[in-house]
This record gives sequence, C-alpha cells and structure tokens, in this order.
Amino acid sequence: MLRIASRWLREMMPEQKEKSKPPVAGSDSNREGLRVIGTPRRRVDGRAKVTGQTRFADDIFLPRMTHCKLLRSPYPHASIRKIDASRALAHPGVYLVLTGKDLPIQYGILPVSQDEQALCMDHVRHVGDPIAAVIAREELTAFEALDLIDVDYEILPTISNPEEALVTREPRIHEYGEEGNIHKLVALEFGNVEHGFVEADEIFEDTFFYQGSTHLPIEQHASVAIKDPDGKLTIWSSTQTPHYLHRALAKVLEMPPAHIRVIATPNGGGFGGKSDPFNHEIVVAKAALLLDRPVKICLTREEVFYCHRGRHPVLMKFKTGVKKDGAITGMHLQTLIDGGAYGSYGVASTYYTGALQTTTYHIPRYRFEGCRTFTNKPPCGPKRGHGTPQPRFGQEVQLDKIAEKLQIDPADLRLRITEAPNTVTANFLRLGTVNLSECIRRVVRISDWKNKFRKLPEGRGVGLACSAYLSGAGLPIYWNKMPHSGVQLKFDRGGGVSIFCGATEIGQGSDDVLAGIVAEVLGIDPFDIRLFTGDTDLGPVDLGSYSSRVTLMAGNAALQAAERGKALLAEAVALKLEVPRERLRFAGRRVFDSTAPESGVSFAEAICLAEARFGTVGTVGSYTPPKSPALYKGGGVGPSPTYSYSAAVVQVEVNPVTGWVHVPRVWIAHDIGRALNPTLVRGQVEGSVYMGLGEALMEEQEFRRLPKRLSHALVHKFPSMLEYKSPTSLDMPEVVTELVEDPDPRGPFGAKEVGQGPLLPIMPAVANAVYDAVGVRIDEVPITPEKLMKALAEKKAGREARFGPDHFPRVNWPEALRIPPPWEGGDGNAVNDVHREKPRLSKEKVLAP
Amino acid sequence: MATVPIESQKTAQTRFTLNGEELDVSFASYKTLLEVLREDLGHTGTKHGCELGECGACAVLLDGRPVLSCLVLALQCSGREVLTVEGLSADGRLHALQDAFADLGAAQCGYCTPGILVTAKALLDANPHPSRDEIRKALSGNLCRCTGYLQIFEAVEAAMVKTTKQGKQGC
Repeated sequence: MLRIASRWLREMMPEQKEKSKPPVAGSDSNREGLRVIGTPRRRVDGRAKVTGQTRFADDIFLPRMTHCKLLRSPYPHASIRKIDASRALAHPGVYLVLTGKDLPIQYGILPVSQDEQALCMDHVRHVGDPIAAVIAREELTAFEALDLIDVDYEILPTISNPEEALVTREPRIHEYGEEGNIHKLVALEFGNVEHGFVEADEIFEDTFFYQGSTHLPIEQHASVAIKDPDGKLTIWSSTQTPHYLHRALAKVLEMPPAHIRVIATPNGGGFGGKSDPFNHEIVVAKAALLLDRPVKICLTREEVFYCHRGRHPVLMKFKTGVKKDGAITGMHLQTLIDGGAYGSYGVASTYYTGALQTTTYHIPRYRFEGCRTFTNKPPCGPKRGHGTPQPRFGQEVQLDKIAEKLQIDPADLRLRITEAPNTVTANFLRLGTVNLSECIRRVVRISDWKNKFRKLPEGRGVGLACSAYLSGAGLPIYWNKMPHSGVQLKFDRGGGVSIFCGATEIGQGSDDVLAGIVAEVLGIDPFDIRLFTGDTDLGPVDLGSYSSRVTLMAGNAALQAAERGKALLAEAVALKLEVPRERLRFAGRRVFDSTAPESGVSFAEAICLAEARFGTVGTVGSYTPPKSPALYKGGGVGPSPTYSYSAAVVQVEVNPVTGWVHVPRVWIAHDIGRALNPTLVRGQVEGSVYMGLGEALMEEQEFRRLPKRLSHALVHKFPSMLEYKSPTSLDMPEVVTELVEDPDPRGPFGAKEVGQGPLLPIMPAVANAVYDAVGVRIDEVPITPEKLMKALAEKKAGREARFGPDHFPRVNWPEALRIPPPWEGGDGNAVNDVHREKPRLSKEKVLAP
Repeated sequence: MATVPIESQKTAQTRFTLNGEELDVSFASYKTLLEVLREDLGHTGTKHGCELGECGACAVLLDGRPVLSCLVLALQCSGREVLTVEGLSADGRLHALQDAFADLGAAQCGYCTPGILVTAKALLDANPHPSRDEIRKALSGNLCRCTGYLQIFEAVEAAMVKTTKQGKQGC
C-alpha cells in the first residue's frame, strides 16, 4: 500500500517529485559552511538566567503599584443570586472591587468558544471560577477583603466525568455546544474502514484511558497592568500568546487594539499552560485603567491548578485491522474527552485526538469519532503534545499487542509500515521529511534492543514506541491570509543588529533561535544581537509559542529578513571592493572577497556603506505556511509545514512486591531536520522524556467528591506541588539521545520541531516495557503501583492480566463526513458536505517560501 | 491602627548580612525572608513557585546552608549571613556554576535556576567532589520542569572540575 501511495503521489504531483530534494533554505546546506548553526553554545539569554536577572512578570515592581486578589467559587457548580461587596470596599486599604457586571463581554481563545467571563456574573462552573476582584494597596489587604464579599449561591448538581455528562442533559454547564453537556462531536471517515476490516487477517479492539495531568510550570502566572501616561494600556504578563491576549483585551475592554500593548515577559515555564487569555489578565487591565495606578496579580500555586488548561483525560477505543505481515488495512478510533468547565482550545483538542494517527504508519482507511464534554472541573486545554499524546499512547500500546499476536518484533513491525516522506496521508496531511525508520533503527541499535526484548529476567523489561508532531500549526486560530510570523531587523552603524519579533520566550530558547539564524546569515556573533521579542507594540506579529511553531515559522521569517539585509550590505560592499556580489562572504564580523579574504570590510563598515547608499538600513521577513490539501470541515487541525518524528526505548524494573516501576534508562532518537543549537535541542528532548515519565508513572489531575454532609463538592484531590507528584532529580533516568539530522527544506537551515514530539513515545514505551517485564498490560496512565498490583493479582488468579477501562460508553455520533483518501481519488473535500470548497491540491505550491 | 494595612506596618527591624553586605531593614513583622528579599530589598533574583516549601525555587543560603526562604521568617535572620543568586558572582565575573549552567543548557526558563545554583554552591562548598548520586540527592528538593535535570547534573560536575583546577593552580 505504501508503494501505491507513492506512485499516486508521483502522478498527482509531478512538481513535488522535482522538488523532493531542493537546496535547503539558508545559505549553506553542508554543515562545514555553518559557524553558528549546529554548534553547541551558550544561549543568548543564558547570562540573564543564571544571574537571576531575567525579569519575570512578578519581578516587576512599579511606583504606586497596587495588588489584586480574586474571590473564587468554593462550589463546583452554582448560580449566583447576589453579590454584595460593600463591606470589602469599606475595608481600609481597598481601592476597588470588580464583579462580573464590570466585565460583561465574553471571550475565549477560539472564535467558536467565546464562553468565558473575566468574573462570573451569574454562574460558576468549577471550584476556583473567579467571581470578584479586590484591588488594594497591599496584597494581604486584598486577600483579607475577599472574606468580606458576600455571595449568595444556589448550588447546582455537578458533573464529574464525561460518562455523567453524556447522560445528564440538565442542568447545562453551558448554553451552547452540541446538546446537553456535549461540547463538540466530530465524525470523519477517510475511506470505508469496514472494507479495511474485511481485508484484514486480524482485527484488534482495545480500550485505553489517559488520565489528565497539568503543566506545573514553576512560575505561577503573574501580570502587571498600567495606564500609560498618554492613556493607553500596557500589560506585562506571563503569557505564551501575547497576540491572542491582545485580541481578547481589545474585545472585552472595548478598546482599539492600537491602544493596547501586551508584553510577554519571559515565562518561567509554559508547556501550554499560559496559552489562553486569562481572567486575571483582563481584570488587572481593567483595574489599572479605572485606578490609573499599576495593578499586579500573582496567582498562588493553588490558583494555578484552577487555571489549568492541561491534558484532557481521554477514554479511547481503537479498532485496527492488520494483515499477517503487519500492514494496517484500516483503523477506527473513538475518543471521549473530559473538557472541564470551559471551551478553551477544546474544539481543536478534540480534532487533535484523531489527527496525527496517520502521520507515522501507513493507514489506508481511517475513521475518527471524537466527543468532548463539559464537566465541573478546571478547563482542560493544550499541554505539550496537545491532544495527541493520549491517542498516541493507545496506538503504540495496541501496536505492541499486534506485534506480539503476529509474532513480529515490535521494532520490525513498525519498520515495515512507517509512512513515506512527502506523502499526503489518508486525512490529507502533507508530510515533509520522514526519518522515522532511521529513528527506530538508531534506538534499536543503541539500546541493544535485540538482546533485551523478551530476554531480560522477570521484573525487567524494555518497551518501544514512536511518534510524530507538528512543526507549527498550519492554520492560525483566527483564519486569515496574513503571515503567521514576522521579523524586523534594524542595522546599527556600530555593527549591531536588533531583532524585533512577537515570538515569546518560554524557556524553550526562541530568542536564541532567532539570534542564531540571523547571526549565521550575517556572519556575526549571536551576542552582537539585541532582541526585542514578545511585545505587541515593538515587533511584528508572531502568533505565539504554541504548537512547536516558533523555530520553523519565526525562524523562517528571521531567515528571510536576514537574507534581505545581507543582500543590501552585499550590494554596497561589492561596489566598494569592486567584486561581484556572489563572491562576498559574511563571516567573523567581516564582509570579504571569498577568493581573497584579506580584501574586505568590517561588518560595521558594511552597514555604513549600505546606509550611505540606501538610507537607514532595516529589513523585514515573514512566514506563511503552505496551504493544506485538507479542505474538509475539521481539516484545519493537524496540517503543518512538516512533522518531527521520534522513537524511544524505555527500560523498566518492576518491583513485584510494591508495584513500583523504576526507570533506569531511556534511549531516544529524534528526527529534527537540523539542530540549530544542539545544547538546547538536547534539553528539549530530555525535558520531554522527563515530562513523559511524569505522565506515565505519577502525574494526575485527579478530583474527588467531598462527602454529602460537606457540600458534596467536586474538588481537586491535591492542588499542591507536594501532593501532585512530579519526578525529582532522584527519579530521572539516564537518557541517551540521538539526533537524526536530515535537513527539511521547509525549515530554516532544515530545522524541524523538538519541544513536544519527544514526549509522545515515552508513555506507551513505559507501558510496553512494563508488559515485557512482568507480563501485565496497563492500558491507562499513570501506571501507578496500585494499578500494577491489581493487574498482577489478576494474572496470578488466571484472569486477564490487564488493568484498564472495560468499556466505551454509547455516544450518538453524527453522520461522518466522508472524505475519500488521495488514493481513492479524493480531492480533500467531504463528498457529503454541502459546504465543500473547491479543490486546490493540484495547483498549490508544495514547498514553503 | 486599624486604618493602616498590616503590610504597611513596618514594625520589625533587623540587621543581617546580604551577599556580604551588612544592612538594616524594616518590614512587617510577619514577613518571610523571601518576601523581605523581593519586596523590601528589591532582590528579585530569588523566585517562588509555591510559598509553601514544596518546590525549592526560593532556596537561599543562610549561614552557608540552603534554606527555603519562604519558610524562614525574616526576623529569624538577625545577625546571620544570607546569600542569594545576586551574590554568586564576584569582581564582575560569574561563579563557575553560573558559567557552567549557562554554557551547558542547565537553565532553560531560568525560574528554578537561582535556587538550584545556591543549593549546588552549598554542596560544592561542603563536598568539593560530589558523586552524581550526591548531586542528585542534594538537588532533590528543587523542582525543575524544563530540563529533566541531566544537564543540571552535568553543569554541577563541570563547575566542580573547573573549581578543582583553579584550586590546584592557586596552590
């Protein structure tokens, strides 16, 4: 089937064949020509971080600054009959109390889910939903005054999980959505899967559960807002998405966007948890405008748990047909998603639970049904991997089961079915470079897989899993035709270059990516560059630090701006030196004749020459992703310019007495295209492994009901860092990282993403390793000692040696949109959708600009 | 009395040594060392992640030993020596740990970094040649969500080698 797909592609897209190995973007495709790119080095913001001088939002102290605290609902679901804040307002030191009526306009990150209010007016939907804000001279005063606000609640019944949501139509948590408490239903079919199952030699049906987890950035969310001297608004905030916060503020405050400046301070960790516009940001902005004084808020750790937007708990059912040789003939995936109390990114998350299954292995026919429900818990949203780690867990564990039944080594099975590069998948995702097979071969080799799998003594085992992830979402949240990322460069007569870009530094190294690319092109040192990033006034828009998009998108914009600057400088220097432009080289802070290196000028002189000739030297660059061939409704989630690939082998030691799983070592290979700064790349890979192990073994955003006599409220089990278990330095295994570098022409210098993809294979690899070690299947995460002991007891009793969900509830799925896959003549549209668009597959450009 | 918010009542006074400099500070008596450092002394290099003693981000050295400054009352510091990240570098040069952390990717977002740096300094001061396991144990109270810790261990080891070499050269 793979070959058929490739043949179809060659016929359908001849231009793609011709461009299958174009020169890599960036001047030199061979590593030898590069001085900055690919060299491990100190990040440009490294010094600030090790001296404590990186200014996080809560490090901002301004004259006359006031402090804000939020009154939050103690009930998971209630109507608000009355709020009386008069006692709080009379409290000494209190300047202002805001309630829902002061900020009545709804907002939300997605246009289709504008369901949040900065302060709830008449309805609270989870414990921690904010109701009122107190702004006072001192933080403690504001905190004390919260107790003086009288709220009259009418308690409503609560919904604790999706199964309850499916059968509880009233009361509705929201007045919008599909029906009752169902937020979103999706049904898509790419080819007739039933035909696929008829063709299959074996059919596997498995149910998995992936528990929710939270980002747990060490920095608590904080914001400071001021009314500028000219009456405009400025807000500093720990946000990953200043552009989207900018939009939300303009909407809720009913202010012209031109009068609002959002500055994203460096984030003390984000992981997706600072990607929504938040109520506390809107509240301090409003308060600063009213008081004409700076207003600060810093959430407590408990409040961060209530902000959440973390991993959705997902129940999954996989039905997969395979031939005896392992070839997949069809896959049917159903997901039931616990969305929590608000929409957040949830509609996108719902699609994401079914979007990337086709990107790793060839699946000729694929059906996906997803259902997101509202529950009375903090809203879920994007956490590292956004909606894809859950189904990836199910898919990779099921593949392990398939391999065992077919008696094929799981690594060999995967090698047989990996998807080909430059393929358009069944669901019309266009893949770029695909080096998944190489990743698998590398981890098999370095882990000594062949001598370990099914060969280690009882209690010890190895497991393998793979994954893919987007290098940036192919579509913006608000659909438009403008660039996703822009960069401006200013050239200084002293030889300095300033980069202006909306990209947001969340620890991942986005500033270093921009500086490294510009320094490489211009032949200067990254430390010669000044960065002005994450500021909606100073720099052109970058959509934000989400979906692993910054390296590819802001990186390409920086590359274009730098190449344009280089061209200006080269023209001026060529005239001066009287040599053709093509012969000039930019290196070592000089511009010189490559055939006679002593003939040249300093970089600063080159700028002066260019400025004398052209006037002030500045350039811009921007990046817009290629259009996606997925034209069906829902096809906007999943497309990316290119995808990263990962394969991991995890070794475990299971203690049969305690059920404790110890991980001594992890081997991981990541197809990154090109490592721009290998030091940072390794950090992203190891950080992903770390976070994946936390999700695999211990982290859970778990809730419980209080006893009936104590309000019966649905409360967070442990909203603290002590009880929410995350791996410490004692738990971290040795990690052996291999980078597969096959530059992808779509990325700057060939780079693809690394921040999220390497997390994805860890959880299933742990589960597969546990099976190899003790012969029990734990079909859910986290794999806690309790679950393992139960499964071991089942095994001992001669029953099915498994712990996991036993059923998938009935959902009234809508009629699926039927989209014939490319090899069945599909054009990217649904055949049964009246709103279908015109096909654009055959005429669009394949490569990124 | 009641009209002045409690935080504004700077009724407590104390004198201690901060990064080698003796100073007097007035503050509201209930305040922790963390709060006094950040809010009354403008030393924002020390961070906080929970203010409950759970994350280690606020670690500082008190008389050379790592403490969680969110659990120490500023009043307890009278006459004692406090070292924060701001006091690690000397003569305009970064401490070997700081250089190693910056060069080797041990600081990603940089938020847990100040607490880890001072904790690592206390370790190296007490034990100039710690094993990997001893480093793991010494840092087990400092949570880091970015790095996966490995580059932090390596940076501590690199600083250890560097300080050992410098020591030998000094002899």
